[in-house]
Amino acid sequence: MAGAEGEDSLYPIAVLIDELRNEDVQLRLNSIKKLSTIALALGVERTRTELLPFLTDTIYDEDEVLLALAEQLGNFTMLVGGPEYVHCLLPPLESLATVEETVVRDKAVESLRKISQEHSPVDLEVHFEPLVKRLASGDWFTSRTSACGLFSVCYPRVSSTVKAEIRQHFRTLCSDDTPMFAKVLELDYVKSDIIPLFTALASDEQDSVRLLAVEACVSIATLLPQEDLETLVMPTLRQAAEDKSWRVRYMVADKFSELQKAVGPEITKNDLVPAFQNLLKDCEAEVRAAAANKVKEFCENLPEDSRENIIMTHVLPCVKELVSDTNQHVKSALASVIMGLSTILGKDNTVEHLLPLFLAQLKDECPEVRLNIISNLDCVNEVIGIRQLSQSLLPAIVELAEDAKWRVRLAIIEYMPLLAGQLGVEFFDEKLNSLCMAWLVDHVYAIREAATCNLMKLVEKFGAEWAQNTIVPKVLGMANDPNYLHRMTTLFCINALSEACGQEITTKHMLPVVLKMSNDQVANVRFNVAKSLQKIGPVIDSNALQTEVKPVLEKLATDQDMDVKYFAQEAISGM
Amino acid sequence: MGEDGESPKLNHSFLRDYVTEADVISTVEFNQTGDLLATGDKGGRVVIFQREAEAKAEAEELGEAGEYNVYSTFQSHEPDFDYLKSLEIEEKINKIRWLPQQNAAHFLLSTNDKTIKLWKVSERDRRPEGYNLKDEEGRLKDISTVTSLQVPVLKPTDLMVEVRPRRVFANGHTYHINSISVNSDGETYLSADDLRINMWHLDITDRSFNIVDIKPANMEDLTEVITAAEFHPHHCHLFVYSSSKGTLRLCDMRASALCDKHAKIFEEPEDPGNRSFFSEIISSVSDVKFSHSGRYLLTRDYLTVKVWDLNMEKGPVETYQVHEYLRSKLCSLYENDCIFDKFECVWNSTDSVIMTGAYNSFFRMFDRETGRGVTLEAWRESSKPRAVLRTRRVYTGGRRRRGDVGVDSLDFTKKILHMAWHPAENIIAIAATNNLYIFQDRVNPENQ
Repeated sequence: MAGAEGEDSLYPIAVLIDELRNEDVQLRLNSIKKLSTIALALGVERTRTELLPFLTDTIYDEDEVLLALAEQLGNFTMLVGGPEYVHCLLPPLESLATVEETVVRDKAVESLRKISQEHSPVDLEVHFEPLVKRLASGDWFTSRTSACGLFSVCYPRVSSTVKAEIRQHFRTLCSDDTPMFAKVLELDYVKSDIIPLFTALASDEQDSVRLLAVEACVSIATLLPQEDLETLVMPTLRQAAEDKSWRVRYMVADKFSELQKAVGPEITKNDLVPAFQNLLKDCEAEVRAAAANKVKEFCENLPEDSRENIIMTHVLPCVKELVSDTNQHVKSALASVIMGLSTILGKDNTVEHLLPLFLAQLKDECPEVRLNIISNLDCVNEVIGIRQLSQSLLPAIVELAEDAKWRVRLAIIEYMPLLAGQLGVEFFDEKLNSLCMAWLVDHVYAIREAATCNLMKLVEKFGAEWAQNTIVPKVLGMANDPNYLHRMTTLFCINALSEACGQEITTKHMLPVVLKMSNDQVANVRFNVAKSLQKIGPVIDSNALQTEVKPVLEKLATDQDMDVKYFAQEAISGM
Repeated sequence: MGEDGESPKLNHSFLRDYVTEADVISTVEFNQTGDLLATGDKGGRVVIFQREAEAKAEAEELGEAGEYNVYSTFQSHEPDFDYLKSLEIEEKINKIRWLPQQNAAHFLLSTNDKTIKLWKVSERDRRPEGYNLKDEEGRLKDISTVTSLQVPVLKPTDLMVEVRPRRVFANGHTYHINSISVNSDGETYLSADDLRINMWHLDITDRSFNIVDIKPANMEDLTEVITAAEFHPHHCHLFVYSSSKGTLRLCDMRASALCDKHAKIFEEPEDPGNRSFFSEIISSVSDVKFSHSGRYLLTRDYLTVKVWDLNMEKGPVETYQVHEYLRSKLCSLYENDCIFDKFECVWNSTDSVIMTGAYNSFFRMFDRETGRGVTLEAWRESSKPRAVLRTRRVYTGGRRRRGDVGVDSLDFTKKILHMAWHPAENIIAIAATNNLYIFQDRVNPENQ
């Protein structure tokens, strides 16, 4: 790379290389992200002989830099000269696979797995497998955990002697990468090697180990043929569902849907249904909550012929108990899924059995429970229509809308457009309109802001004409409120509504109000007028813009207050 | 160099003393191999000492270990201010705990009253050299001279020790943190304040789980606070916490997510003969430690150290008097606040000897097999380097011997609160205000 033309293109690369050593981590990160550019400029040989050695030894960096490096190296095959030379990437990735930061190690392992595909079978045995062996027998547990992630990629493509070696290493290490390895192992070896390892892990003394075995259980179950499941996997699973440690039972509850799919309908009927019932009645609230979260999924995935029966006889009684659970998180988890049962059970069962539960939860003392019911109304609407609920729904909504905690009020505002859509415009006008207006003058700014946004969404749903008849007059009326914060809310509303309402309404009704407020006593109102005029400028017709808006802005540009002047000038230059 | 007749087996030599900056040492801890020793002080600093790889020739002949030299010093915590409550937050390091080593670097947790930090201590012996656009001093080169690209090269350099903060676990505690303890699962640790114990994951700083909460609904009903907490050395689901009322509670995390209900409670019924106005105060447990075997607990209250068997809840299996002669002085010790001093206690590596501190720069060791105790002094003026420590005695009646110290001459400002015992050998580190003493057992340096 020489010559005048070369010099120009050298400079940016030279900068990038120097910044690899810069004190500012962002610059180093930037250089690492452009590593391919540097490698291209250096050419394949210099990349191999100079760049990679440098990168191998500087692993003293911040996580984000190392993470980016690990990612880049995964795509470097061509930049080092193709598959023939891909093994040169192994040294830097090997050192990255031993750092204590899990995300960096995981990314390094991911990149190693990627480039292993580019290795020829010979290269795998000569370069890759020794790397895996080194990591597996490393002093530190960090290198050993990385080794586990690599067994499964090299196994399929090596000779059978090497395969035996790998299995041996794996036996010594045994980890939660078991399922990945199990997937590539021949079925016989799965049964003879993996299952005993997995069973041992599942009965480990430390519950932190046992709970990881539950996850492995799912993957292993998918690999084995149905007839082997009963003998090889089910005993472990049954043990886990009744483990002394609540964390292990929690994992079973959390993975229940995956387990269900893995074991199939027969075992589900015989084993999983009673297990699920027990989890719903567990003494530890965390476990009950995890199981409650899975009620809908579990029911959906039951075999069709016995579904309704199982739900009505086994699941529903437990669900009824959970509605009055002492722990609010359990009730809340249930509330987020219980409505989904109505589509499974159909109209009659919903009215008779589920409706009382919905209504009970709608009156729960915990606001999150009530919110979770309200947010899932669409399921019920499909099956029985909302009217059945509306009587109880309204008091629930009103109570949430007036809750002392502002975050609860915020949550219900966010559901309002959805509710309005489902309940229809007449219901809304009659019952909910006043609520929406009240929110506009809430003490808390976040509520006023959300209420403004809410109005905009409602206008998008119900249309400009509805807006003109129902909400615009009220919004404009606030312009005369003695409280300046409310007067400003008028302006914010106008900002939000102008586009949805359209040119006519904005120019005829909203603009005069805005212009009038330019004489407001409070400076905050006046500068927000300037901002509003800039915002609604594109919506109103150009005539009004010239004849009415511009003069007012010019007047504001000479205001006493600095901020008013500033925003007025911004608005003028924006036109 | 006379040996006191009372304790012929323990024979000590005084290796070195270190004067750290005028700050008081507030915690001492060896790492799992004993090659590193960390101290924290009131000024928020941490000093790490490293044992020399090989002892010097003469020392080796005398059967002595390598010396501990300063390896790294860093500022761990700075003074802070809680704006909401208008309270200062001290930078004093309350506890340091080392993590088990998982790669070439070392990790430790250090905590002040409110914030726990994870530090990475690593060595670097190479530095990159070679810039394209400037020279090593930073002066820009003339661009026309740059005709080819240069990749930096790594050259060997003097050993540098780098300490970097890796995690900051903040806002987990309303009250003052008194303990941290790393779990045997290698992933989690607990932190305890006066009323709550939280469990953290070492990789997650924005969340912690509350596992014990003894705050009453009405603060006026508060009668008991948590004084110390520790995880079991092998069982990842067990931990113990001690209280100001002298009880120990063993909790099993498998039973439920919130461990307000203990699995076992260890409490010694009060001796009615010894009851006084101060009974409750002096029964407060200032430190609790699991034995290395995991079978026993060691506790320190104001006047005694006690060994408890995890299988027996109704009382300790061994009780040792640390300074019973202070029982009649409790009133004046209350007046000068000494009665609230929090002494630590430690096991030796084989759980056969226990040690704790006292006043007048004295510290006490008890041999569990013989039941005998010995008093030693950590005070520069009365020892020379390599001299054997002589045992001391507080005169409490009977024949007065030369060198005995009267109870009223004890200096209560010289307290030995913090100490550590090497995990494998008979080397101890004693903090005496701003001085750190390291002693080695000459008779049995390796182990009984």
